[in-house]
Amino acid sequence: MSILLDEHTRVIVQGITGREGSYHTTRMLEAGTKVVAGVTPGKGGQSACGLPVFDTVAEAKAATDANASCIFVPPAGAADAIMEAASAGIKLIVCITEFIPVLDTARAMLVVREHGATLIGPNCPGLCTPGQGKIGIMPYQIFTPGPVGFISRSGTLTYEVVALLTEAGIGQSTCIGIGGDPIIGSTFVDHLKLFEQDPQTQAVVLCGEIGGSDEEDAAEFIKTMKKPVVAFISGRTAPPGKRMGHAGAIISGNTGTAQGKVAALQAASVPVAETIFDIPELVKAALARQA
Amino acid sequence: MKIHEYQAKEILARYGIPIQPGRVAHTPEEAEAIARDLGGPVVIKAQVYVGGRGKAGGIQFGNTPEEARAAAARVLGMNIKGLTVQKVLVVSKLEIQEEYYLGIVLDRKTQAPVVMVSTAGGVDIEEVAATTPEKIIKQPIDLRWGLRPFEARNILARAGFPSAVIARGGSILTALARAFIESDANLAEINPLVLTRDGQVQAADAKIVLDDNALYRHRDYAAWEEPEEANPLEFEAHKEGLTYVKLNGNVGIIGNGAGLVMTTLDMVAACGGKPANFLDIGGGARAEVMAKALTFVARDPDVQGVLVNIFGGITRGEEVARGVIMAQQQLPAGLPIVVRLSGTGAEEGRAMLKDAGLDWGKDMRDAAQKIVAAIQAKEKGQQA
Repeated sequence: MSILLDEHTRVIVQGITGREGSYHTTRMLEAGTKVVAGVTPGKGGQSACGLPVFDTVAEAKAATDANASCIFVPPAGAADAIMEAASAGIKLIVCITEFIPVLDTARAMLVVREHGATLIGPNCPGLCTPGQGKIGIMPYQIFTPGPVGFISRSGTLTYEVVALLTEAGIGQSTCIGIGGDPIIGSTFVDHLKLFEQDPQTQAVVLCGEIGGSDEEDAAEFIKTMKKPVVAFISGRTAPPGKRMGHAGAIISGNTGTAQGKVAALQAASVPVAETIFDIPELVKAALARQA
Repeated sequence: MKIHEYQAKEILARYGIPIQPGRVAHTPEEAEAIARDLGGPVVIKAQVYVGGRGKAGGIQFGNTPEEARAAAARVLGMNIKGLTVQKVLVVSKLEIQEEYYLGIVLDRKTQAPVVMVSTAGGVDIEEVAATTPEKIIKQPIDLRWGLRPFEARNILARAGFPSAVIARGGSILTALARAFIESDANLAEINPLVLTRDGQVQAADAKIVLDDNALYRHRDYAAWEEPEEANPLEFEAHKEGLTYVKLNGNVGIIGNGAGLVMTTLDMVAACGGKPANFLDIGGGARAEVMAKALTFVARDPDVQGVLVNIFGGITRGEEVARGVIMAQQQLPAGLPIVVRLSGTGAEEGRAMLKDAGLDWGKDMRDAAQKIVAAIQAKEKGQQA
C-alpha cells in the first residue's frame, strides 16, 4: 500500500503539449505511471507522448475515467486549470506550476474544497510511490520501495534526503512535495493523517522550512499519532523579513522561525535532525523502536 | 513588492477612499511650492520602504511654506534604518480627534485575506496584538463575494468604533477590501484612519505590499519598482531574473531549489562559515544561467569564496560544470570555488571540473567543509 498514488491512479496531464508538460509526461510513463490522456485547450484530437489530447478535462475524464491530474499550465492559467480539474470531478490534483498569484490559489481552493478534491502544490515537485510511479517531476531513479513516508515543502531537498535514505537502505512508501507557496492545497497534517492510516508506512520523515506555522500544526497532530516521525527544518540561518526563494519561506515578526518549529516538534517528542546527514540514523532508530 | 505611502494612497484614492490633498517633493523648493498650493499647515513625510519613520524624525510639520521648505530640507537626505530619504510627501495637516486601525492581510491558515480592525490606531499594530489582543477584531473575507458593506460595518461595530465613524468607516473598509483584492495585495493597511475635529474620516497613512507573482497583470504598479538602496545587489539580481538574497557573511552560495539552497546555508554555518548570500538558479538551468549566477555572486565584495551545490534532476551536471568553467575567466584570480554535483550528469560534470583544475566536494557537507577551509586558508595567507 501507499497513499494517494497506487495502481488505481489514472492520470491526465493538463498542459501536456508544452515543453515541461511533454518532457515530464514521458518521464512519468517511463516510471510506470498510468498516464491516460492530456489536456490542452485548442489541441483536442491531436496526440502527445503517444496519448490522446482533449480540449477539456471533462472530455478527458469522460473518455479515460481518469481520477488524477498533473498540471504544467503557466502561472496565469494554472489556478483556472486547478478549478477545471476539481469541477470535472478529478479527486487528486497535483499542480507543479510556480509563481501563481496567491489570491488565484486562494480562489481555486474554494472550488477544490467544494468538490472534495485533494490539491498537492502549487509550486511543488509532486509525489512518488516507488514501484508504482510518480505524478510530477521527481527523479524516479533515486527512490526505492519501503516503509518510510516522506513529506516536504521543497523539491531538491526532497531528492537530496531521499537519496540519503535510499543509500542507507531505507525505502519509501510515498514521498510528497507539498509546495513552497504561502497557500497550498494540502498540508503536513493532511498527509500525516493518511500515513498514520497506511499499512505500509512505519515511520514518516517531515522536511519543513521557515515561514508560516504548518510545522507547528504538524507537531500538535503528531502528539496524537502512533507512528514515529523524524523531522528536519531548513532555514536556521535565514534572516527575518526575507523571502528565501519560496514565496512561503519568510519569517514574519516572530512567526515562522526555524527555532520555533524545531522547539514545537521537539515538544511533541519528534527527533529533529541537525543536518540532513543525521536523518537516516534517526529513521533507523525510529523503525527499530516500532519493530 | 513594497510601494511608498504616496503610491498606496494613490491606489486608495482610486477606490474612493478620502485622503489628504498633497504631492511628492524631491527638493525643499518643491516642498515649499506644494505647501503654498495647499495653503495652511502641512506635514512633511519621508517616503522610504521602512516603518518607524516618525520615531526616526522622518515626519515633520510646517505652518508656513517657508517652514515646509525648512522641514523638507531636514528630512530629505536623512538616513532612516540605512535608507536615504530621496523624496517626501507634502500633505495638508489634519486636526485629528481620534485614530483607528484598518488592515487586511493574507492569512496562510484560513487561506484568505483577513480583515483586522482596532480602535487603537496610530500605533504599531503588532504591539497592540502583543499587549492588548482583545482590541483587535479579525474576520476572513470570503473571496467569492469580497467584503460586503454590512460585514464591514459589523466588524467596526464589534471593535467598538463610534457611530460617527461606522457608516463612512464601513465604506472605507469595503473599498480597502476591493483595493486589496483587485490589486493582488499581500497587505493593505490604513494606520491611522482618522476622525478629524470637523467630523471627516480619512486615511492619514497607508501601507500596501503587492504580490510579486501578480505584477504581470498590474503593469502600472509594476512600474513603481525602484532599487532598495540598502540592497542594490538584490535589486540588480531581480532585474537579471536571479532569485538572490544578500546576507552578511563571506561564503557565496549557489544551488538549485529554495529548500536545498537554504539547507546549504545552514550546512555552511554548521561547518563554521558565514553565508554571504542565497542564490537559487531554479530547475533545469543551462550553463549560461550558471555562469551568470557565479559572476553575479562574485561581484559582492564580501564574497571570499563560492560554493555551488547542485542536485541534478532536470538540471544537468555537465551544464553546471560548463557554466562554472565559462564564468571562471571573469572571476577574481584566486577566488576559491567548490562545486558539488550529484544526480543527472554528475560524473561528466566532475570530469570537466577536474580538467579545469576546479575543486569539487563528494557531498554537501564535504563541499561546505572544503570551501570554509579554503577561505580560512586564504585569510591566513593574507594576514601572514
